[in-house]
Amino acid sequence: MPSGSLEQLEGSAAVARTVAGCRPEVIAAYPISPQTHIVEGLSDLVRTGELAPCEYLMVESEFAAMSACIGASATGARAYTATASQGLLYMAEALYNASGLGLPIVMTLANRAIGAPINIWNDHSDSMSQRDSGWVQLYAETNQEAADLHVQAFRLAEEISLPVMVCMDGFILTHAYEEVDVPRPEQVDEFLPAFAPRQVLDPDDPVTIGAMVGPEAFTEVKYLMHAKQMQALDLIPRIAAEFAETFDREAGGLVRGYRADDAETIVVALGSVLGTIEDVVDELRADGVSIGALGVKCFRPYPLEEVREALGGAERVVVLEKAFAVGAGGIVGQNVRLALAGLPVTVYDVVAGLGGRPITAKSLAGLLGDVLSDRLDPRPLHFLDLDRELVERELERQHAGGRPGPHAENMLRDLGIVAARSH
Amino acid sequence: MPYQQLRYYQAGTFVVGNRLLPPEQRSVQARMDRSNTLTCGHRACRGCGEALGARYALDAAMRATKGQMIAANATGCLEVFSTPFPESSWQLPWIHSLFGNAPAVASGVAAALRAKGRSDIRVVGQAGDGGTVDIGFACLSGTFERNDDVLFICYDNEAYMNTGVQRSAATPPAARTANTKPLEGHPGNEFGQGKNVPLIAIAHEIPYVATATVAEPRDLEAKVERAMELRGARYIHVFVPCPLGWGSAPHDTIRLARLVKECGLFPVLEAERGEVTSVSNIRRRVPVEEYLKLQGRYAHLFEPERDDEVIGRLQEIADRNVERFGLLADPEDARTLPGEATAQARVDLPLPSPGSGNGKEAS
Repeated sequence: MPSGSLEQLEGSAAVARTVAGCRPEVIAAYPISPQTHIVEGLSDLVRTGELAPCEYLMVESEFAAMSACIGASATGARAYTATASQGLLYMAEALYNASGLGLPIVMTLANRAIGAPINIWNDHSDSMSQRDSGWVQLYAETNQEAADLHVQAFRLAEEISLPVMVCMDGFILTHAYEEVDVPRPEQVDEFLPAFAPRQVLDPDDPVTIGAMVGPEAFTEVKYLMHAKQMQALDLIPRIAAEFAETFDREAGGLVRGYRADDAETIVVALGSVLGTIEDVVDELRADGVSIGALGVKCFRPYPLEEVREALGGAERVVVLEKAFAVGAGGIVGQNVRLALAGLPVTVYDVVAGLGGRPITAKSLAGLLGDVLSDRLDPRPLHFLDLDRELVERELERQHAGGRPGPHAENMLRDLGIVAARSH
Repeated sequence: MPYQQLRYYQAGTFVVGNRLLPPEQRSVQARMDRSNTLTCGHRACRGCGEALGARYALDAAMRATKGQMIAANATGCLEVFSTPFPESSWQLPWIHSLFGNAPAVASGVAAALRAKGRSDIRVVGQAGDGGTVDIGFACLSGTFERNDDVLFICYDNEAYMNTGVQRSAATPPAARTANTKPLEGHPGNEFGQGKNVPLIAIAHEIPYVATATVAEPRDLEAKVERAMELRGARYIHVFVPCPLGWGSAPHDTIRLARLVKECGLFPVLEAERGEVTSVSNIRRRVPVEEYLKLQGRYAHLFEPERDDEVIGRLQEIADRNVERFGLLADPEDARTLPGEATAQARVDLPLPSPGSGNGKEAS
């Protein structure tokens, strides 16, 4: 089947082929679920020569993967990696370095929970942990959008000389087969010019990259990083509009509303869960409820004005998020409250889908029913489908003194997942 | 062709003055056209061995590559003293990313150059001992096992000097550092710890591994030149005294680098693809004591009273090196200059031939 038409593809395969179409010159990656199928796909394409010239480095860690991307990008090569979860944390030091140096590396993040307890399934605790690393963060709702965002990500990264992370929900998107129109290479070439680095390690014109900077200029260098991200807020919608022109379909942008214009209640979320939310919105709308949804497609830079514009007219905003700041509350929620400062909008923070727990239409409808009938207190952080009994049993054990043992194992035993044995 | 054999004894130190050598064999540092890769104005301490080592090694590498070179540097003294913003002492394209990732950054640079078809541009990664043997070790091993086209140079001053002289895995036994003080029966740094990264590099069976000291710049240069003749992962471990961290006199930097080899504590050798191909013979063997007593970090071994037991244990380490690497060869070998085998193979000059002993000619 010729590329450019709809194909049944695994999300990872669609991303691998799209990234290959963007002609990265260096790929450095370390395997971690659920990112593996993406980098396996790219390894195949490099080995067959379909992606050439391209060097694929099988590094010994994510820290090395990002570090090799830093070296490659500084040498003027288009550099790409992909990771998830613990891998993102392991490359954290290098993430800040890539953004601090202003290197336009593109990375796919197959969103996955962070341990302990170790968990391979989807949530957003990995990307949210690095939300202030200086990387642009784009969130895909579908596999089509995941593919399309990569084309935009390379363009954006290279135009502002900052690294960009494309976040796609692990397993839910990476391992799902659906119809995708893989961007055709000739269209990509039209949309994405060759990489013209702003700084490059060139023996004919030697520069020092990564010098030590003290108090006399550190603030200014950091200010520039922020200024570039603010610049990206203008650039991202422009790039999305150009993408729509070239590829004849919508993808990306800063925020996207769904039946939200006149809605009294709006549900805010990131990534693939928007599909389920929109189904529930449709059902409630059919019952005459004034409700809509808002997808935040770009979380860093944070589109504060656009969020305020989209939510400012609502009475209630429910932020549904797949991560939270332990000991503080919601993360997206805090950002939404910031955008709505001074406006009479009630904001509910609800954590859902942690560690791969399904966010079902039924649970969502129940949650929204509680919100709509004022049964939910907007002040505390809420956890969708929390098994309170399980938590309380463990708390009792901990309070009983002695050596109650590790939480996770105790709770699994309660659930009957681990064979019961006495201490 | 008749010739008169030269006897290189004039300098007393077995170091040959450049004026006695044919122009082709003179040190890169003796040339008017040396690249001054690490140029003057940097903030290194007086007597800094690392600054010397970096200048010798990179100038030689620049000469070997005709200036087509990129360097990736780890965090550490070398990075800090050479790049106080907005100044830089580097006269080559140079990148500093993090403390622990210089080998991976260098691999990324090499990959980019390969993808761009610029095999004429070569890559050097460099770090101190902390950035090499400790925090950068995983990345270093990765660069080695993938045989990435990178020459990695470790400037080993045997502790974390930039942070205030703390122990690294390259700190020798009995040495005093800020966190291995000789307190309550501890001899300084513990015996039986630490790692020998040159041997670990050799175990990776990479194309080239060498050790060198800043006391013998021509030997170091010859090793850099040899490394640059080869492709793939190469490693040079340079012994660089640190007056600040060792409590030694700045004017003793070269003397200490010479003594560490002459007493046997630091074997100077070359290896290719997992096999040791040459060792630099000890010319005039000295007891370890001669090396130790010039350094404040070993002062506790001599005052308030002499610690014969610990000095004896250090001598045992030197003795084992001498035996293990065959550092004492027959007197004929003692006339062979370090690096001479390499130089001779290249320019075919009538110099004394290397002895049979442990030396295998590199070519």
